[in-house]
Amino acid sequence: EWPVLVSVVCSPPQNYPLYIRSVPTENELKFHYTVHTSLDVVDEKISAMGKALVDQRELYLGLLYPTEDYKVYGYVTNSKVKFVMVVDSSNTALRDNEIRSMFRKLHNSYTDIMCNPFYNPGDRIHSR
Amino acid sequence: MEGLTLSEAEQRYYCDLFSYCDTESTKKVASNGRVLELFRAAQLPNDVVMQIMELCGATRLGYFGRSQFYIALKLVAVAQSGLPLRVESLNTVKDLPLPRFVVSKNEQESRHTALYSSDADNPASYSGVIPPPPGRIQVKKGSVSHDTVQQRTSTDQQESTSPVVSPQQSPPTSPHTWRKHNRHPSGGNNERPLAGPGPFWAPFSEAQPGSSTSSDPIWSGHSPPPHQENWVSFADTPPTSALLAMHPASVQDQTTVRTVASATTTNEIRRQSSSYDDPWKITDEQRQYYVNQFKTIQPDLNGFIPGSAAKEFFTKSKLPILELSHIWELSDFDKDGALTLDEFCAAFHLVVARKNGYDLPEKLPESLMPKLIDLEDSTEVGEQTGEVGYSSSPAEAPPSKSPSMPSLNQTWPELNQSSEQWETFSERSSSSQTLTQFDSNIAPADPDTAIVHPVPIRMTPSKIHMQEMELKRTGSDHANPTSPLLVKPPDLPEENKISSSVKFTAGNTVNGYSSSDSYTSDPEQIGSTVTRQRSHSGTSPDNTAPPPPPPRPHPSHSRSSSLDMNRSFSVTPGQQQAGVVAYPPAVPPRPQPSQGAGPHVHRPVDAEGLIGHTSTSPQQIPEQPNFADFSQFEAFAVSGVNKEEEDEIETHSEVLQVEKPSDSASSLRAAKADGRVEDKAPANVPTSAGKGTTPLAPPPKPIRRRLKSEDELRPEAEEHTQKTGVIAAVLASQPSIPRSVGKDKKAIQASIRRNKETNTVLARLNSELQQQLKDVLEERISLEVQLEQLRPFSHL
Repeated sequence: EWPVLVSVVCSPPQNYPLYIRSVPTENELKFHYTVHTSLDVVDEKISAMGKALVDQRELYLGLLYPTEDYKVYGYVTNSKVKFVMVVDSSNTALRDNEIRSMFRKLHNSYTDIMCNPFYNPGDRIHSR
Repeated sequence: MEGLTLSEAEQRYYCDLFSYCDTESTKKVASNGRVLELFRAAQLPNDVVMQIMELCGATRLGYFGRSQFYIALKLVAVAQSGLPLRVESLNTVKDLPLPRFVVSKNEQESRHTALYSSDADNPASYSGVIPPPPGRIQVKKGSVSHDTVQQRTSTDQQESTSPVVSPQQSPPTSPHTWRKHNRHPSGGNNERPLAGPGPFWAPFSEAQPGSSTSSDPIWSGHSPPPHQENWVSFADTPPTSALLAMHPASVQDQTTVRTVASATTTNEIRRQSSSYDDPWKITDEQRQYYVNQFKTIQPDLNGFIPGSAAKEFFTKSKLPILELSHIWELSDFDKDGALTLDEFCAAFHLVVARKNGYDLPEKLPESLMPKLIDLEDSTEVGEQTGEVGYSSSPAEAPPSKSPSMPSLNQTWPELNQSSEQWETFSERSSSSQTLTQFDSNIAPADPDTAIVHPVPIRMTPSKIHMQEMELKRTGSDHANPTSPLLVKPPDLPEENKISSSVKFTAGNTVNGYSSSDSYTSDPEQIGSTVTRQRSHSGTSPDNTAPPPPPPRPHPSHSRSSSLDMNRSFSVTPGQQQAGVVAYPPAVPPRPQPSQGAGPHVHRPVDAEGLIGHTSTSPQQIPEQPNFADFSQFEAFAVSGVNKEEEDEIETHSEVLQVEKPSDSASSLRAAKADGRVEDKAPANVPTSAGKGTTPLAPPPKPIRRRLKSEDELRPEAEEHTQKTGVIAAVLASQPSIPRSVGKDKKAIQASIRRNKETNTVLARLNSELQQQLKDVLEERISLEVQLEQLRPFSHL
């Protein structure tokens, strides 16, 4: 099991998290902070890229603190919806492809939610 | 049938009832079962029922057409009113109360419980099973809505009827709430004089209309709630009058609402009647209702309802957005943001269920999965829905959600209450089958389609054998039953060759299975061969024993046919050579060292004595291919035999040679033969036997001669001289040899030959001795080992 995996969905434009899920621990607060900081980096990348907006993966080694030792991955959809995933570095089993697939699934789930007319964009996402 | 005039209320009511009974959605014939059920619910004595049936003509026709049904209903009403059953009474009796069909007598809670517990029809299904009822309800709703669209009254009637008929099955909550709800509206519309004991119908229908009217605007998407309300009312013996009264009022613009209401009633009925296998099953009526609702939004039944429209529609149900969202997630099967008819029905069904207090399932129940079939699908295959993942309390929905429906509001609390009550019951989770499962089911991995590669049979040897056999077959007409092999692998077109076997393997995958099919590449060939072999053995009669295992075939069944061919060829010849093999080795290496004149010289020495041995020589001669030498030797022999030195040479050739010169032509031969014999015999004996003093004597003579020659060999020096002399003599004897200079040469040559022969003989001796030495040494070693082994014992 992953010691730490946090998935965050942040929607534009304010980029506030719509959904945070951490497995298995619940140190969400810590990850909130991490996510917020990582969002800035994501924005940087988005602005830098220009054409290719869909940045599937961004290995955020920059935030690899010696103590915390985790990686942050970012994923941006064409609509500027950002997915951030924080993974514990100790989990070396997670390969890049796996991260990508996870993001893809996340994206799919998000689109499913969007398809739901009862969902108001901007609402908190509830997942079971 | 006589003309039947029905009042509006009656019309509606009867229509609803008919729809209810119209289980097959034929709209023409009411199912007898339902009808009978209905009549039973009318609480009329059987004979009266029979009479009614007769009067209406159903017995005549054998079925209940609409008219018959109506008449029957009317007669029921008549009978219930205590009036004699008369055909005339159909139209003469005015103000006849609507026929009352007793459903259950339980009051609200008790009703609920009764419904649940006393549900004769579905005792098991109800007890604690909330889901089923909703299904029913919805079914009814559907059907009701179906009719209500056109006939409010009918729907109301249906609703009223349905509840009446299926009181037992109506979900406790819904009837509960319905009742209350109906009461309210019915209270307002209590013009219905109906006041029967168990006249659910009336109240229900009235209540529904009332509620539906009020909630009509809201209800457009709210079909469930009214339905539920209706249901509730059913359960409780709502004032039928009220219900009926409501009809007219509700008739006005109770479009969807009414339908909803009726639908619910019908649903209830449905529920009652249908078995409770699948709580989420959508009954026909329900489905009809849903379809009608769908039409209001999207006329094209094959089209989609956009998400926004669906949202509006379902928002009217006053369910919390969260629940609606959940419902959407469940029902939007293809996740396209739009609802097809099936999806819509599923969503509607879920809403109704939720309204009735049934918790939404975690996964879409199987019965709700969109069927890509026609719309008329009646109850889908049900599966039990356990649900409960979503236990949003019904309390959430109600009160706050029906502002515009005061009655509904009132009912909501009831609903909530009922739902609360029922929450205990609930829940069997929805069927495990979920959308995802459904999807997954679509494309099940079909292992069969996969190419089957059974483990190749270990038939390597045979395979190889087979291959070889094949090759043989191809290559030659061996006994190997290649043909059968060929026949066997059907996919193998023929290949006798390995290549074919290769194909065979390729085809194997296609073939489903044949012994060889499973073979993989390597085994392929083998397999093919094997199969071939098998088939071969099995099929080919010619197959003499499995092709004699050719020499261990090459492990690498390289498909190179060439290789195989080589192998086969090698094999074939091998086999062939089996018998032939003997040949090669057969040739005894009879080295024919240069037939030095020496031996021949010897011969000539003895040739004289050998002349008489012509008989023997020929015997030995054939063994030695040195006949040619014989002639020479004979010449030599004649010239003289001083080739004793050669005797040591154990080669037969030498003997031959020796003999040759020693004898004249024939004698030489004989001598040679003898000499050979002698040589052979003493071949192993280094030492010469010392015979041969009588060169010309028969066998012994040659031997002697040989030995003699051997002896003569020793004193080589002398022999040399003798040889030279002999050689010279031989040379001289040989006419071909010029005697003058040739003698010397020949003598030298002879001596050289002799020396060579001696050398070879000595070499041989040496080798033999060494071998003996080795043996001896080995023996010694073994003895020493034994000694060592024995020593410890000795010490002991």
